[in-house]
Amino acid sequence: MDDFLLRALLGGIGVAIICGPLGCLVVWQRMAYFGAALSHAALLGIALGIYFQVNLYLSILVICLLVSGLLMIMNRRKELSPDTALGILAHASLATGILIFSLMPSLRMDLMGYLFGDILSISWQDIAWIYAGGGVVMVVLFLIWPKLLSLIIQRDLALADGVNENRIKLIFLVLLSFVVAISMQIVGLLLIVSLLIIPAATARRFARSPEQMAVYAMLAGAIPVVFGLAVSVFWDAPAGPSIVAGASIIFALVSALGGDFKLKNTATN
Amino acid sequence: MMTAERTKWMSAENNALIRLKNIRIKRGNRLILDDINLSVCRNEIVTLIGPNGAGKSTLVKIALGLTRPDQGSVEKQKQLGIGYVPQSVDLNEGLPVTVQRFLEISATKDPHNLIESLARVGAEKLLSKSLSDISGGEMRRVLLARALLARPDLLILDEPASGIDVSGQTALYALIQWIRDQYQCGVLLVSHDLHIVMAATDKVICLNRHLCCSGTPEDVQHHPEFVALFGRRDAGALGIYRHHHDHEHDLHGNVRGACNQDSGNHQHTKDPGHG
Repeated sequence: MDDFLLRALLGGIGVAIICGPLGCLVVWQRMAYFGAALSHAALLGIALGIYFQVNLYLSILVICLLVSGLLMIMNRRKELSPDTALGILAHASLATGILIFSLMPSLRMDLMGYLFGDILSISWQDIAWIYAGGGVVMVVLFLIWPKLLSLIIQRDLALADGVNENRIKLIFLVLLSFVVAISMQIVGLLLIVSLLIIPAATARRFARSPEQMAVYAMLAGAIPVVFGLAVSVFWDAPAGPSIVAGASIIFALVSALGGDFKLKNTATN
Repeated sequence: MMTAERTKWMSAENNALIRLKNIRIKRGNRLILDDINLSVCRNEIVTLIGPNGAGKSTLVKIALGLTRPDQGSVEKQKQLGIGYVPQSVDLNEGLPVTVQRFLEISATKDPHNLIESLARVGAEKLLSKSLSDISGGEMRRVLLARALLARPDLLILDEPASGIDVSGQTALYALIQWIRDQYQCGVLLVSHDLHIVMAATDKVICLNRHLCCSGTPEDVQHHPEFVALFGRRDAGALGIYRHHHDHEHDLHGNVRGACNQDSGNHQHTKDPGHG
């Protein structure tokens, strides 16, 4: 029974590949904190999923979408700034999730696994979810990619061209929620966002086009997965944090080395 | 030939490309636009001016169909191709996009077409540059090229001259006039700059939440409401883009009204101050 490493490697790399392009989209739309809020909402999704005994991926998806919808409604109120609304929703769902967990004493130990991830206990079924779901995510992403890009670059132009913003944004939210659900197992809820934004930030340095950046981000995510697993196996370190630490080190190295990086690229955000 | 052109013009007069009727829109309790009528015909250049907060951008969004008015209607000719040139692009430096890619995303994939369109606006050298590396004036040209790719019947430009120096504005206005002649399209141009209005403008519409006045540049600058709104000195300078003869402007047609500026100012020695 040594194939747990193989499963971990397959699952981790699969998630890194899906996170690449989605992470770029999160970075381009300045949605890092939105991603964090979704990951908090995911804990509530897990708690409810376990409580009602439904598939966890589905319950995470539903709760993430509900929270996104609620956020949109709250954002209509001008007196509430978007980041305040985001903070309220994120922490309300996190607190509620933890409370529900505490109602189920037998699950207390599992809470740690969800918060910090447990890539080494990934099952073949999880891998099937990652690759089948990930395949669907990639196909859908490919279809909405040009429209989403034109919305990001110039919203009014895209709208004038007849791009249906609500539909595209909704599809993107579904994809992002799914990615949150599958990433959770790899690095845990607390670190999901890092798997999205750090590889994208690393990739920005080399990319000349949006598509290049997406592909480089896949690489910049897959390498630390291997690195993190190795560290985890040899030094018995927790895998999730090792992966994120690896990704951060790669980002730091890439930022420090090489000369053609323009200062203004680091200055904005 | 002359008569054919004339009939075409006449029929265009009766048959506007776009016609906004009795537009009224509120934001909360504030009335943003009150009973606005506006139409643009083929071959016509309409300049929309007004102070900041006059509702110009809102009106453009209504014309584009991005905002729905509370009252009133927008009639467009069937299959009307609109080329929209926004004020700017919300550049996110985290997103690497070249000019070529930007044009490909939004319009055509035919590279020959792209280069041709960029060449039309004198921006073919920008093709492989990153969007974040080009200047405001260059960006405006790229956006124009993008609008031209779709061979528009109507060109809508939101503050095309803002952030560009006077000689750049002159060149840009000449370019717009040239595009109008080439594509035989209607042009709706928004400007908050009261001093420089394209000389080729057929109709100036002065907006200040309500329709303040409209007509030829010469008519508008003497209109009492216009003078009251902007002050006599500012009003007197309307209708002319300053025409410096110390640089080339090969694309120019006529510069009618270039001398009106002076006569406008001389008449009014008592200056009531700026609006």
